[in-house]
Amino acid sequence: MSKNKEYLIKRGNSEYEVIIGLEVHAQVLSKSKLFSDSPTNFGAEPNTQVSLVDAAFPGMLPVINEFCIKQAVKTGIGLNAAINKKSIFDRKNYFYADLPQGYQISQYKDPIVGEGSILLDLPEGEKKVGIERLHLEQDAGKSIHDIDPQNTLVDLNRSGVALMEIVSKPDLRSPEEVNLYIKKLRSIMRYLGTCDGNMQEGSLRADVNVSIRKIGDKKLGTRCEIKNVNSIKFMQMAIEYEANRQADILEEGGSIDQETRLFDTKKNETRSMRSKEDAHDYRYFPDPDLLPLELTDGFISKIKKEIPELPDEKKKRFVDKFKLTPYEANILVSDIDTSKYFEDVIKNSDIKLATNWITGELFALLNDRNLEISQSPISSKNLSSLINLIKDGTISGKIAKTVFEIMANESKDPKSIIDEKGLKQQSDPKEIEKIVDDVIKENPKNVELFKTGKDKLFGFFVGQVMKKTDGKANPKLVNDILKKKLN
Amino acid sequence: MSDIINLTLSALIDKIKKKELSSQEITKAFIARAEKSKDLNTYITTDFENAIEKAKKFDEKGNFDYKLPGVPLAVKDLFCTDNLKTTAGSKILSNFIPSYESTVTQHLWDEGAILLGKLNCDEFAMGSSNETSFFGNVESPVGKKVVPGGSSGGSASALAAKLTPATIGTDTGGSIRQPASFTGTVGLKPTYGSCSRYGIVAFASSLDQAGPMTQDVSDAALMLDVISKYDTKDSTSVNFKRGDYFKSLSSNIKGKKIGIPKEYRVDGMPKEIESLWQDGITLLKNLGAKIIDISLPHTTYALPAYYIVAPAEASSNLARYDGVKYGYRSEGENLISMYENTRSEGFGDEVKRRIMIGTYVLSSGYYDAYYLKAQKIRRLIKNDFDEAYKSVDAILTPSTPSSAFKIGDKTDDPVSMYLNDIFTVPVNLSGLPAISIPAGKDKNNYPLGLQLIGKAFEEQNLLNISYSMEKELSFKNNLQDWWIK
Repeated sequence: MSKNKEYLIKRGNSEYEVIIGLEVHAQVLSKSKLFSDSPTNFGAEPNTQVSLVDAAFPGMLPVINEFCIKQAVKTGIGLNAAINKKSIFDRKNYFYADLPQGYQISQYKDPIVGEGSILLDLPEGEKKVGIERLHLEQDAGKSIHDIDPQNTLVDLNRSGVALMEIVSKPDLRSPEEVNLYIKKLRSIMRYLGTCDGNMQEGSLRADVNVSIRKIGDKKLGTRCEIKNVNSIKFMQMAIEYEANRQADILEEGGSIDQETRLFDTKKNETRSMRSKEDAHDYRYFPDPDLLPLELTDGFISKIKKEIPELPDEKKKRFVDKFKLTPYEANILVSDIDTSKYFEDVIKNSDIKLATNWITGELFALLNDRNLEISQSPISSKNLSSLINLIKDGTISGKIAKTVFEIMANESKDPKSIIDEKGLKQQSDPKEIEKIVDDVIKENPKNVELFKTGKDKLFGFFVGQVMKKTDGKANPKLVNDILKKKLN
Repeated sequence: MSDIINLTLSALIDKIKKKELSSQEITKAFIARAEKSKDLNTYITTDFENAIEKAKKFDEKGNFDYKLPGVPLAVKDLFCTDNLKTTAGSKILSNFIPSYESTVTQHLWDEGAILLGKLNCDEFAMGSSNETSFFGNVESPVGKKVVPGGSSGGSASALAAKLTPATIGTDTGGSIRQPASFTGTVGLKPTYGSCSRYGIVAFASSLDQAGPMTQDVSDAALMLDVISKYDTKDSTSVNFKRGDYFKSLSSNIKGKKIGIPKEYRVDGMPKEIESLWQDGITLLKNLGAKIIDISLPHTTYALPAYYIVAPAEASSNLARYDGVKYGYRSEGENLISMYENTRSEGFGDEVKRRIMIGTYVLSSGYYDAYYLKAQKIRRLIKNDFDEAYKSVDAILTPSTPSSAFKIGDKTDDPVSMYLNDIFTVPVNLSGLPAISIPAGKDKNNYPLGLQLIGKAFEEQNLLNISYSMEKELSFKNNLQDWWIK
């Protein structure tokens, strides 16, 4: 890796490296909660998705939702991680109004998934980021402080929803790497169908651990944990702020206090929430209501068989089989829906054109309208026909762009648009020859100049022909005929 | 009337099936006696009107094939009962009305039983004398101002005083067996995982187990048939093949090997307990059993281990009583002060003591020294039993190291109170089944019990041995009804 690509914080003569580790909380995609059968729908009326278990009524007991276990194992396999055949659910004890049991059921010493890794594609090459562990835990409810001036209201809809806490090793070195890490993690989980990765709805959020150390130092600096950041942009801003804050302190000869901090999205700064001394003593112990979770080899191998092709494999296939550049392949595989769309398009049409059209025009359109590819106004089938119409010379690339625009607004198939608007390419050499002759006749001066060596004027003649045909003339024929006539 | 209340559960069922007695007659007889027995303070909540209504319905079109056809029963107030106040003997739940039914009580009603009401108990089942209940002491019918034992003290007292033909309790460290022993009744703690914990207010989840309290062993078998069922709502429920306990009762125990653990001969054990145990051994010999001396070397560590594990789990289980969602709330300036006020006022001293012990032993820095070590001891105690069961079928011990004591005698000395459980807690720590049967009396004429400890899931064996002993012991309480008004 070349030095100048590193993300460093500079203070005078010192350069600090930023060490980042993430604890991502990913909501398990599941119809019901981790230990109860209540639904998990987002945005439901407060306290309508709550069972007696979720509200911790006396005598209520948790029962593991097997589907959530499968989802965690699946995610573990997707992260190339060790699956622990025996794991233990512990109680993490603390009091809060939106924590009905007075403890969160989580996994402490024996998580369901052990060490794994994620590959990031950096401009300078691949980077492997270590995964420390993945464990399952319950989400808490939500305390709402701003509806009633006197009281805090509690919504228990989320209480008991299954979360996967995915802890990375402190392997990340810049806000950009964090961006790539989160996107890759999300991509893998979406491929697996284990988390929808929807950050707006809180399905994916992270605690960000940041420390800095002088270049060359081996020892890690004291870290601060920034709690519950719910967008990549905020994570990046928080890291940027926090790394600089720490650098300022160290430059002034101070030392970093290990503490938990909050990122204020309005002021764009982190501020202290509680110090290490004030840290909760969670009094973890194995939940006596649940037996240790033991997975059989059969259970794990059955899940392994259900693992779809993941982004890294898909990328390799796209490069090997479709001769895409790694860059193109990366873009196309990063989102499972995009890769599906791409593969649908190239079933019946040219790969190179498909790649260009999807990563160019289509992405621009979706970006412009803020749409997911699954909401694309242009179906893969219609884009495929459009590409075939270019390929067989029915329309030119330029006309295709016009057709594409119409498709984007009217969602029609390209053939009927071309027919309706009469956009079909003129590919009859005799017709084009006539027009070329007309153009030469009408512009004797320029013909003269061209012949004396003003080669650039060739473009002028092409333009004139296109003008006369409303851009419909087959560009290749126009070129060929013009060359013949002018020379 | 007095005939009715003196019948055993199985005799009552027999009479109902033969239509010699109606459910209404029986229900009314027990209600009438309860009305006259208020001084014992056995009930926290009565549901008499509904009970009579249900009995009437049963008499009109009841199913006489049920195992408990039209039989009225009162249960410990630790079982959640749909639409009927469930307090766990605590102020903090003094206004709590569940909208659901515990699995175990549901099994009773599904077999035709009728709920009379909810019986007093130590607060959150923490106690050995029923003196920690927010709803006051329970008196034992065996003597004035005598404790019925605990925590199922209301159940034991009501049963012994013939206010209910049978009942169910819960046993975390002896809470069924010790009060049974104190009141001259039969108390069975089934193997952990036999009876569902769903809907039972939790004390210590890894130890709690519901079980029958009855007048004799047959009744215990009958009740066990009804309440021991696999339940998917309790992850610790075990799906094993349950016996047909009542039908399979047999008094032939020839050749059974009974272990006598030397470690249970504790210092300062009263002579009368010593001779009760010896008489039990002689009786078993006479019945054809083989007596084998065994050793359970870690017994002495059971009580300290129990008083770490149980409070640890309790401290966490009771965190949900915070004034936020249900139960008693005492307002405060903010969330923390509301918690403090609610829990300070809502819990009694013994519960607070155990929450503090439990919180302490789970704290970082102390976890390994206390909780983890206690769990290791627990494993060693279980190993002791496993080793013993290689050579014996069951183990005979006294149920308690002393007979019932007077109200107030031990309330100032928690440790001497805890020592009451010395013979019963190893069983809970090991998850084994055990039964206490009345076997004799002390100098005050207070009952004394013997405990039989069995192999896991072998309740039938335990019932058969105690059934054969019971026949020979022919224990009678001979209560004088001194409390009747």
